[in-house]
Amino acid sequence: MTTALTGVAATAETRTSTQAERTSRQHARRHRLLVHGAQLAVLVVLLGGWQLYVAGDSLKVILYGEPSGIYTQLRTWVSEGTSIGSLGAQILVTLEEALIGFAIGTVLGVVCGIALGRIRLLAEIFSPYIKVLNSIPRIVLGSVFVLAFGLGIESKILLVIVLVFFGVFFNAFQGVREVDRNLIANATILGGSRWQVTRHVVLPSAFTWIIASLHVSFGFALIGAIVGEFLGGTQGLGELIKIAQSSFNANGVWAAMVIMGVVALSAEWLITRLESRLLRWRPAQLSGPDL
Amino acid sequence: METSTQPSREESAPPPAIELSGVTKRFTTPGGATYTALRDLSLRVAPGEFCAVVGPTGCGKSTTLTLVSGLERPSAGTVTVHGEPVAGIPDGIGFMFQTDAVLPWKSVLDNVALGPRFRGTPKAQAHASARDWLRRVGLAGFEDRFPHQLSGGMRKRVALAQSLINEPRILLMDEPFGALDVQTRAIMSNELLQLWDLTRPSVVFVTHDLEEAIALADTVVVLTAGPGGTVKAAFPVDLPRPRVVQEIRFDDRFVHLYQQIWEALRSEVDIAYARTTSAGREAS
Repeated sequence: MTTALTGVAATAETRTSTQAERTSRQHARRHRLLVHGAQLAVLVVLLGGWQLYVAGDSLKVILYGEPSGIYTQLRTWVSEGTSIGSLGAQILVTLEEALIGFAIGTVLGVVCGIALGRIRLLAEIFSPYIKVLNSIPRIVLGSVFVLAFGLGIESKILLVIVLVFFGVFFNAFQGVREVDRNLIANATILGGSRWQVTRHVVLPSAFTWIIASLHVSFGFALIGAIVGEFLGGTQGLGELIKIAQSSFNANGVWAAMVIMGVVALSAEWLITRLESRLLRWRPAQLSGPDL
Repeated sequence: METSTQPSREESAPPPAIELSGVTKRFTTPGGATYTALRDLSLRVAPGEFCAVVGPTGCGKSTTLTLVSGLERPSAGTVTVHGEPVAGIPDGIGFMFQTDAVLPWKSVLDNVALGPRFRGTPKAQAHASARDWLRRVGLAGFEDRFPHQLSGGMRKRVALAQSLINEPRILLMDEPFGALDVQTRAIMSNELLQLWDLTRPSVVFVTHDLEEAIALADTVVVLTAGPGGTVKAAFPVDLPRPRVVQEIRFDDRFVHLYQQIWEALRSEVDIAYARTTSAGREAS
């Protein structure tokens, strides 16, 4: 009798629990739909408003560009190429400059940050120089590099390195100083040499900081490459923007910007993947909405 | 204490495992003031002796350990380990910290294998030995987990295996089980005693829990209230081994010892409490 009763109660319970699950799933789906719908609406209003505002007014089209014109420009670039060669080649040139500079700048930043973070004497010697270098508007160095190294790829790479280095350097330096003293003491007592402690304790611990800086630094790398091309170049997306600007082609400027946006987002995705791969030892975090 | 088990060579006894004589340790606070953590402290620990150090908060218990481990230097006095003055980290020393000090980015196996790897043991051999120690601390099957996937007690076991794999002749423990719940703590204390019995290193075990101290140790050392703590008294604990930590506290001799040592400790606790509260009043 009692077993029969508890059996009934149990099935009733599982039924209510599956029902609760179903309603919460429905709720989540409705929420997702709402978010995506609103996002789409924002885009439509923005682009539609822009299109309607400039519609038919040729002066406004020249000044501000128009969404349909940007689309046409992109299609022309893809199908017929640009005035300075194929679109793919321009993207590749800019990417090459950004990536090489990003890689060199990151490695230099990490090595210097860890060296200065671990060796107090070095930090004391170099800190005034680093403060001075960090306080000057480094983008101006682009002009110096173009004058010194010419219109080729080298001057752009140098500018990217300078822009990337400082962000990574300061984060690596801070990361080293934030390492848990207990972890270092423990590893030292377990028999770790100074280098072993750096390699097994300091570096992985500082990685959280370093990776965080990579997100920002890649943005700087793209800016460096584009501005470098702006200041003096013959190839690349920056050159494309410069040509479009000087021929009053607002659509061309916007189109180049759209391409940059796609490149930046892809890079961001790759860095996030790298981050979750390298930091998989971390507990899953209770996270709010990601941006 | 254990001279009977030591074959005495010639007339000289073997040097004590740890000897602190007239040790004073001063720190400079960020404000520029000097803080005396230990004043004129002398302490001897024989080879194979389990020594527990108790004392009120802020009496310099942990500082004593950092001096023996070579992480800090004394401001005055000498520290010797196996007859050698401490300069740098002495050989054959293990340290278990109050907080978790296992590396969160290494798996349990890699964490335990760290000591041998640092000393240049080939990876396969270090891993085999680490597996062996994980089995001994009851963590077989958890080799591939990361520390955050373990409970607090399991992380302590990892830390214990990490220290013991180096087969230390001296094991320093700074309130190692302080963060654990009472039941887990008793279990860990028991297992510590069993593991200690395998190789019998000298142990200095810092705790604020007198019951734990008596249950584990051969000698309980009471420090005076800080700042500037020093040894107030040392009490030999002649309870028979092997001991079962959870049950020994009902033993008559245990109760007697507890009363005796508590008598010495209580006045220091009162002084320390009065100092912290009066300091609090001055500050506010």
